[in-house]
Amino acid sequence: MINRSHKMSERALAVVTWAAAIVTIAVLAYIIGFIFVKGVPYIKPSLFSPTYNSDNVSLMPALISTILMTALSLAIAVPLGVLSAVYLTEYAKRGNKAVALIRMTMETLSGIPSIVYGLFGMLFFVTFLGWGFSVLAGTFTLSIMILPLIMRSSEEAILAVPDTYREGSFGLGAGTLRTVFRIVLPSAVPGILAGVILAVGRIVGETAALIYTSGTVAQVPENVYESARTLSVHMYALSSEGLHIGEGYATAAVLLVVVILINTCSAWIAKRIGR
Amino acid sequence: MWTPGRFGRGKPGRKYEPRELPLTQDSRAESKGLVNCFDIKSLNLYYSDFQALKDVNMEMEKGKITALIGPSGCGKSTLIKTLNRMNDLIEGCRITGDVRLFGEGIYGDMDVSLLRKRVGMVFQKPNPFPLSVYDNIAFGPRTHGVKSRYELDGIVETSLRDTAIWDEVKDRLKKPALDLSGGQQQRLCIARALAVSPEVILLDEPTSALDPVSTGKIEELLITLRGKYSIIIVTHNMQQAARISDMTAFFLLGEVIEYHSTETMFAMPQDKRTEDYITGRFG
Repeated sequence: MINRSHKMSERALAVVTWAAAIVTIAVLAYIIGFIFVKGVPYIKPSLFSPTYNSDNVSLMPALISTILMTALSLAIAVPLGVLSAVYLTEYAKRGNKAVALIRMTMETLSGIPSIVYGLFGMLFFVTFLGWGFSVLAGTFTLSIMILPLIMRSSEEAILAVPDTYREGSFGLGAGTLRTVFRIVLPSAVPGILAGVILAVGRIVGETAALIYTSGTVAQVPENVYESARTLSVHMYALSSEGLHIGEGYATAAVLLVVVILINTCSAWIAKRIGR
Repeated sequence: MWTPGRFGRGKPGRKYEPRELPLTQDSRAESKGLVNCFDIKSLNLYYSDFQALKDVNMEMEKGKITALIGPSGCGKSTLIKTLNRMNDLIEGCRITGDVRLFGEGIYGDMDVSLLRKRVGMVFQKPNPFPLSVYDNIAFGPRTHGVKSRYELDGIVETSLRDTAIWDEVKDRLKKPALDLSGGQQQRLCIARALAVSPEVILLDEPTSALDPVSTGKIEELLITLRGKYSIIIVTHNMQQAARISDMTAFFLLGEVIEYHSTETMFAMPQDKRTEDYITGRFG
């Protein structure tokens, strides 16, 4: 009897896990399929015209702005996040009060909804610093938003590097600086890049924080003090105007492809560096 | 990261002529008159409140193999970590007493980086860096300022030849060191330590993670290095101490119970506790 009920529960568990996996994949496949079915018919050359007007509903300016803002935000947040993670893991003494404070701050920051970052960005960068609705204000807001993410994942990646590497390096007379930059960080790159991929996802998908900071101008910005919209903001604008829903779906399809491309590139880099 | 050099491409480079390695220091010349590589006087070491070493006094002879034996937790690993100041990395570690390397106090104003260059260390678990074989060996020399590809190539080849692993890895110098077997990795770690031309090599149970064949190879290697380097080895394995060492110290609960020539130690131990340990009654 015991044996039989044991078998039954095992089978039941197998069914449940299978079902969970299938549902997850089905939802994902449905969303992707839905977007492509609705969007692909609207993908035509005019959608990629270099300038936007209400006839061609071009997504090109938004695509360029997206890439620009992603690159700039990462350029600010990655060095800051990685270096502070290095400080927390390699330099700060255990039980340091400042470290506990920084960790708590980071955890709090990562839980704040993006609209709050948007309002902060508007009050501080747009109004107080007088940058106006601009790529610069949007970039800085995004950087603050992804900083906790990058820092946490870098910290975890660095902590996962075995201490025996550090011992070996110190044992040869290398200092902390050389040990960190030649041995520890190269080993931690795959983990750090995993955090960067998540950060890219957040940047590319962000709308709320950007509408209040970088504005919604649908042209390629000539410099960082001009307003610009990313693909997500572009989609939001199209769907709220209600005139170009089809083009909105086409934009979503392009956005999906861009995200997949970015992730593939990061994975490839991680593989090359991690060996 | 591999950078192309003589070994990387089929291109014949300048043949390296064996000579003194670039990092061999004059300090070795100064130390010629001295008999001891280490003089340890009334050394006490505390981890916070716990006293790990109690009034240790030892003189270690230059060019000899000194073995430190004793049961787990007796302080033998702690002692060798004191000799190249690896204990500096442990928080709450406090040291009193005097440790001299060829007459120079190492806890005074000696540069730690230079100390660790002069006193190399090999760890219990093979710990090659996740780099190529070449870059593993070149890491130490590069740390101490050797930049010339010619010199680095020479150091890499000499170190790998000295550790008798050259023939096994000469065709895979740019392959990841982590692809080597455990025994090869440990010999690579010894080669890495030799690459900075140390005067003393500390080995912390270097064979405890290895199979008997690899262990045998490392023991042979240590015997060939005797004389050129002073070797201090911590071991769990008493037969190993008996096979390779000139001098043996027996540790118990942070104290040196006995310190003699290895023959005396194993033939006629003076202390009852030593005899109990080496005859296998505890430990």
